Amino acid sequence: MSARFEYLLRLGDDALLLGQQLGLWTGHGPVLEEDIALTNIGLDQIGQARAWFTLAGRAEGEGRDEDALAFHREAPDFRNALLCERPNGHFGDTIVRQFLFDAYSVPLHAALSSSVDADISAIAKKSAKESAYHLRHSSAWIIRLGDGTAESQSKVQESLDALLPYVGDLFYSDDISREAQNAGWGVDTSTLRDSWEKTLVETLTQARLRRPNPVPEQIGGRRGEHTEQLSFLLAEMQVLPRTYPDAKW
Amino acid sequence: MRDADQWLALLQLVPDPEIPVLNIIEMGIVRGVECSADQVKVNITPTYMGCPAMDAIADDIREKLSPMATQEDRTLIVDLVYAPAWTTDWLSDTALAKLENYGIAPPGKTSDKRALQGEAPEVRCPKCKSHDTRLVSLFGSTACKSHYQCTECEEPFDHFKCI
Repeated sequence: MSARFEYLLRLGDDALLLGQQLGLWTGHGPVLEEDIALTNIGLDQIGQARAWFTLAGRAEGEGRDEDALAFHREAPDFRNALLCERPNGHFGDTIVRQFLFDAYSVPLHAALSSSVDADISAIAKKSAKESAYHLRHSSAWIIRLGDGTAESQSKVQESLDALLPYVGDLFYSDDISREAQNAGWGVDTSTLRDSWEKTLVETLTQARLRRPNPVPEQIGGRRGEHTEQLSFLLAEMQVLPRTYPDAKW
Repeated sequence: MRDADQWLALLQLVPDPEIPVLNIIEMGIVRGVECSADQVKVNITPTYMGCPAMDAIADDIREKLSPMATQEDRTLIVDLVYAPAWTTDWLSDTALAKLENYGIAPPGKTSDKRALQGEAPEVRCPKCKSHDTRLVSLFGSTACKSHYQCTECEEPFDHFKCI
């Protein structure tokens, strides 16, 4: 597999898994506005996933389109960060997961906007506007929940403590990310960590939340090593197109 | 044989499926028409990456324009392009006025200092024109809108997000 194909899968799989999970909130949001917000964000993520998969399929050159990549790969073929497959949990868990991801997406899309590859740069510039808007929403909720009631604060603090160990994949550096960086069509995401950390600390301070002490991070998603949660998610997402391969909307 | 400008004029007959008061030219979705001897290619760009209306728009374009292209022995193709990224700045002043009359508060300009600093924009109620309005939710009935309410007349309304 080419570095370019692998790299584009990482981008697409992160977006797809979050999009799928946010979609599961349809009809279950704590209030109507949040139901709509989470599914709107999910829709943006799915749109981004489609665009990255189309490029990935072209880079691979074996005729696989966005649907083939989304619906006809097994868990070990997925390259998403472990954070993106953490379960929805309660609303605070979903918001913290989204916030940790949005704080990474903003500098990621900014960096990819100056890719030497015109397709990657175009998708990144488009996505950058969306991720900035998502971050505005998720960070506002972190502040509202953290600086809210004693209950909302303790719950969101617990979510943060539980999810932070899973961010390591976002900043994973290997031959693939270094090749992307050196060739100029991608960015080695380990370089985004300072920017992410700055957003995290600023928001947590405003939210009166504690930055947990660093703990050993769980990584592996970029190499196809996943938690069992991914298989459950894929089973639900893939069952229809696999059962009825020629089904069309 | 029609030239690109004539095709652009015809594309004004295709309304936006969610905001039918505007056509897809006014929305800034059509990025251009490229004509060759046997082909007419319409380039469209999404407002949002996941906007579900894009497929409907492509279908509408094909439905309206394909028969005319066939008359000229040409094939009509609709292509999705991402660059340059869509911005609300492409909505003309006429389009902004139409939106307000339709009950949707139009977006400001992205060069507005407030937008640049990430602050809440000043949004005018499309019904009573009061500036005393409040944001209900950053996300509204479609990907391109947020949800507001007027404090003065209590009208709930959509605001076209400024991006």
